[in-house]
Amino acid sequence: MADINLTINGQKVTVPEGITVLEAAKQIGIDIPTFCYEKGLTAPGACRICVVEIKGWRNLPPSCITTVAQGMEVETESPAVVEARKTILELLVANHPLDCLSCEKSGNCKLQDYSYRYGVASQTRFEGEKHEFGIDDSNPYIYRDLNKCILCGKCVATCRAVSDRNVLDFAYRGFNTKIATFMDTDLKDSTCVYCNRCVAICPVGAIVDKTMMGKGRGWELEKKEVTCTFCDSGCKFDVNYKDGKFMGVTAKSPDQGRPLCLKGRLGIELIYNPDKSELPLINKDGEFVETSWEEALGIAPIIEKLTAQKK
Amino acid sequence: MQLYRAHVLVCGGTGCVSSGSKKIEQALTDELAKQNIDKEVKIVETGCHGFCEMGPIVIVYPEGTFYCRVAVEDIPEIVSEHLVKGRIVQRLLFKAPVTEEQVPSYKEIAFYKKQQRVALRNCGHIDPEDIKEYIARDGYEALAKVLTGMTPNEVIEDMKKAGLRGRGGGGFSTGLKWEFASKSPGPKKYIICNADEGDPGAFMDRSVLEGDPHSVLEGMLIAAFAIGADEGYLYVRAEYPLAIKRLKVAIAQAEEMGLLGENIMGSGFSCRLHIKEGAGAFVCGEETALMASIEGSRGMPNPRPPFPAVKGLWEKPSNINNVETFANVPVIYLHGADKYASVGTEKSKGTKVFALTGKLRNTGLAEVPMGITLREIIFDIGGGIMDDKKFKAVQIGGPSGGCIPEQHLDTPVDYDSLTALGAMMGSGGLVVMDETSCMVDVAKFFLNFTQKESCGKCIPCREGTKRMLEILEKICDGNGVPEDITTLEQLGKVIKNTALCALGQSAPNPILSTLRYFRDEFEAHIYQKKCPAGVCTAMLEYKIVAENCKGCGACARVCPVGAITGEKKEAHTLDTSKCIKCGSCIEKCKFNAIVKG
Repeated sequence: MADINLTINGQKVTVPEGITVLEAAKQIGIDIPTFCYEKGLTAPGACRICVVEIKGWRNLPPSCITTVAQGMEVETESPAVVEARKTILELLVANHPLDCLSCEKSGNCKLQDYSYRYGVASQTRFEGEKHEFGIDDSNPYIYRDLNKCILCGKCVATCRAVSDRNVLDFAYRGFNTKIATFMDTDLKDSTCVYCNRCVAICPVGAIVDKTMMGKGRGWELEKKEVTCTFCDSGCKFDVNYKDGKFMGVTAKSPDQGRPLCLKGRLGIELIYNPDKSELPLINKDGEFVETSWEEALGIAPIIEKLTAQKK
Repeated sequence: MQLYRAHVLVCGGTGCVSSGSKKIEQALTDELAKQNIDKEVKIVETGCHGFCEMGPIVIVYPEGTFYCRVAVEDIPEIVSEHLVKGRIVQRLLFKAPVTEEQVPSYKEIAFYKKQQRVALRNCGHIDPEDIKEYIARDGYEALAKVLTGMTPNEVIEDMKKAGLRGRGGGGFSTGLKWEFASKSPGPKKYIICNADEGDPGAFMDRSVLEGDPHSVLEGMLIAAFAIGADEGYLYVRAEYPLAIKRLKVAIAQAEEMGLLGENIMGSGFSCRLHIKEGAGAFVCGEETALMASIEGSRGMPNPRPPFPAVKGLWEKPSNINNVETFANVPVIYLHGADKYASVGTEKSKGTKVFALTGKLRNTGLAEVPMGITLREIIFDIGGGIMDDKKFKAVQIGGPSGGCIPEQHLDTPVDYDSLTALGAMMGSGGLVVMDETSCMVDVAKFFLNFTQKESCGKCIPCREGTKRMLEILEKICDGNGVPEDITTLEQLGKVIKNTALCALGQSAPNPILSTLRYFRDEFEAHIYQKKCPAGVCTAMLEYKIVAENCKGCGACARVCPVGAITGEKKEAHTLDTSKCIKCGSCIEKCKFNAIVKG
């Protein structure tokens, strides 16, 4: 492949043909913010936060889908670019709950990071309607607060990457656009299998791992990567510790072809959680209670017979 | 062939059907039979004449007598007077708006006089459900010429020479578009017709599909031959049932005659066409969203590149043109590219159909040569402003367009001049506003439309238009602050620069253009808390002018909230705290004793 010579922020750079401006900038250590772009998965060019200024171009093109060209002169932080990014952030903040004090994602949230980087405060120029979607707390694994959703669409793309899932998509139009399951139900009533691949990829606090809620800030947790051995897919998980104490297992953003699954995550938890009971749980009158393996497996009568035989 | 001494053309376009043309056609059939002349006079149900406001329209040939607003009760008189005795029924003729003069002939009516009908050449003149009538008007001759005597490259070169530009809004060179698609390698390509017309007030595409569907099919086939496509789609909005029905009939008839499908006219060229009904999203008129919708996905635009010419429908090279563009195509090959290019301005060739709506005397569809002035369209064809009010602005290009004031009415209309004025050609919607229209309110109307129709994909359009709309609502409610204008301009600029598709990029146009030409109205709302046009109710106050009031009590009786009181024959008083500003009292008062402001 031919080499392309271009200038980014006045710096001359030579990169291979076919890569994007975003990737070229990254090669020389220039970080361009992104919401909807995920390497190897999706680049819908939707969020427009990665726009840059290219000499001679009419508008501000998104760097994540603009391929490099010979002699291109790119500015990644020009006044027009910064103004656009600030405005986009202000628009997002104006329609965001801003409960960063208690939000699970605080410290690990792209909206928070970029607002800090571009000096966007919680009080913006825009006071108006905010979303008032009900919170989906219908299941034990995923807590979904669509009021925090910035509609980057990465959850839709990652869910669609496994052909038999495809649980999520965009629904409605205009300001009312939201991510929804089929017939816009809670996750509980959808075909969701709680693999948490969407949780792992969400840049904000819209979809979070419910089992980890309140257990520690991102920066407090120590993570140990493990590979699941339940099947031959080899999915990766993080085992999370706080002050050396086991906190939980979380899904890692899956590579291509890795399905992730609930069974794998819970299985790993069983292995790594020292407090996990060795005994099975059984559903009695709607509540899970500890019981013996004999009862859980329904083999108590057989064991009884065997014991009687022994005698 | 059966010969007739007279033809009665009954308009069967959607407008006239709604005003009862079907019943008129039935009554005519019955009456002709009753008077025993049904073997001498033929009834033809045609497509739209474009003068829908005057519907139902009936035209009698050979004289070309134009009867308007015909009712079922008028039919016996038309038959016995005109068709039997040869006497024109004067009272049903069109009356010129100002002179009140009766105009007997179709061609003499001011509305039609300045028109030059190319895309609409057959609309209203032929039975759209009979392919033979289209063929009789030189239909499919251009296709025959192309298939039997031209190479795809020659077809493209001719199109470039003709200078036809996309009539759907973008105004991109059709010849170049075809060239890109033809140069894209691949054995499978698609030709697509964009019939997802959605701009408020625009209905030229519907009229062409309803009145002359074969011209679109012929245009598509020529384009398919030029780019090397063997399959195509017509993406028609589902809200156009009559257009879909007539297209289905047209496709079936063309297939039967060997003009569509396998081995067309024995030339070896094959092309099949399908109809895909839209699902009601305005954004599906954007070409990448349209293709996503045909593929069965949610209609959301995708970034370009890759352009459809490279990677389009089902990832194959595709070419999309609008209905009106395709309707122009056969004419170019029939009469030559040079002849086509002889009409219009330097950079915009041919004619354009405009949908005239708003406060005009004559509303409807008008096809005019590029380069005509707005003044001619509005005052000559449109007959000027209704009720002798003063012209204020004309909104061109639908929700993506802008408002143009009086001082620019003499600009020759073409793609580039309109863009320079801050509006755009768009699909050709033309809404005329008079002194009673509030420009802030107008901007709000169009923004409300784009905001509701935003697909929600990119942040500037989804969130940005919402906030702009809220600011406009605030201004109209009398709560505007000086910074609002700066915010609107700044936000508008960012949305234009960063939105993903043309819908978002052009969404701020109605506001930016009104701010450019009617800034004083915005300022009046914000600083004086006044709506100069008297539209924004929050800032209005109704008052009774005591010296004009005769005390007749008509206003008090009509007031729904009892805000007006007073003794008989004495000046009344109006309690503004009770008044809901409905305006009923003003309508009732005969003495101009009630004013708002």
